[in-house]
Amino acid sequence: MKKVHPDATDALAGLLRDGMTVMCGGFGLCGIPDALIEAVRASGVKGLTVVSNNAGIDGVGLGKLLETRQVARMISSYVGENREFARQFLAGELEIEFNPQGTLAERIRAGGAGVPAFFTKTGVGTKVAEGKEVREFDGEQYVMERSLFADLAIVHAHTGDTEGNLRYRKTARNFNPMMATAARVTVAEVENLVAPGTIDADDIHTPGIFIKRIVHVPAGEKRIEQRTVRKRAEAAPAGAGGGPV
Amino acid sequence: MAWTRDEMAARAARELQDGFYVNLGIGIPTLVSNFIPEGMSVQLQSENGMLGMGPFPYEGEEDADLINAGKQTITALPTTSYFSSADSFGMIRGGHINLSILGAMQVAENGDLANWMIPGKMVKGMGGAMDLVAGVKRVVVVMEHVAKNKDGSESAKLLKACDLPLTGTRVVDMVITDLGVFTIDKRGEGGMRLIELAEGVTEADIRARTEADYTVALA
Repeated sequence: MKKVHPDATDALAGLLRDGMTVMCGGFGLCGIPDALIEAVRASGVKGLTVVSNNAGIDGVGLGKLLETRQVARMISSYVGENREFARQFLAGELEIEFNPQGTLAERIRAGGAGVPAFFTKTGVGTKVAEGKEVREFDGEQYVMERSLFADLAIVHAHTGDTEGNLRYRKTARNFNPMMATAARVTVAEVENLVAPGTIDADDIHTPGIFIKRIVHVPAGEKRIEQRTVRKRAEAAPAGAGGGPV
Repeated sequence: MAWTRDEMAARAARELQDGFYVNLGIGIPTLVSNFIPEGMSVQLQSENGMLGMGPFPYEGEEDADLINAGKQTITALPTTSYFSSADSFGMIRGGHINLSILGAMQVAENGDLANWMIPGKMVKGMGGAMDLVAGVKRVVVVMEHVAKNKDGSESAKLLKACDLPLTGTRVVDMVITDLGVFTIDKRGEGGMRLIELAEGVTEADIRARTEADYTVALA
């Protein structure tokens, strides 16, 4: 059994078909499997349902698949930064199902864990709960949400070993670990490919059982959506986030 | 006359307590981080998977793998931890976050909140807002008191009932605007109370710009 593939196209060979459901890791442009997205684009597969928190930006990340009209439907929580997305949506060419971000994360986690549905208080009394079962537990109202399981998941990790064990870096983790568990086949692109034992077993975020194929894609220049900095002279307030805006 | 954005943020910072874990929304709520009192330990949660959010990086030290929920580059602190989106929203939905400070389009006198969608306009999505207001123990809204329309007219944002699609029902505990501060009894029948006026603002000023019913309980 050999999980390592020489390039992204090879890693997706035989897995793509029109109309399939694909989960794609990342938050904004952080931790997205860019080389695998590019390979999906190059394959020409179309009519995809894509499960992803965001939809990339114009020409970057999933924005590439929107440009080529390969996506028929998105399941996302926020798609604000993409003009082409807005155009296709308003023209009725693209369907969107908005999920609250935590509900989306939990639907994927549940799908990977063999849990078909769960109850959450998120969205009770809003559009999100329309047409769904609402049940009372301990005096509070909860809405039933179904789990998600995809034909294919594509994820990005900082380091992976040849057994498929993965370790993510900083906030590039986001949706990648749950998506890795919630598809018939998961393909991981890793910035660093190492021998088994190199990642301390205590530091493995995604055990290799979830990863069927892996491809080494050394990190190029990563895109930053909102570059925010502070001046050197400013003292950093302890515990403060954001800094002066 | 009326509070500035910074003064509104400073007022919101008075709701912080030592040891709190807090989620700040985009816009004025983000400014609250500049007013955390010295010596107070407050850990900021970013729902994309980080607890203990630091300030913006120095120029040249930006890390594409380290961003906040607004997709801005940020830094880590010695207290920082990273986790998945599922763990992040477990924290939020599970009631482990003490305080959520966020913006709003409309708030109703019973605590209903609308801040994600205007019918007929392009909908960007709710992101984590619905999870935050449903799961976090205490929700403070910071917003302009009225909406300014393109024709120069003003529309009330504090309403008897929201007419925009809701983000959550009976979720708001406090509203801080440029004109004053209101509390909302979101679980009981106590309704909305005006508890503070911004400097130079009168109760009559607020009455004229507020559709919601409220009682006056100024200290």
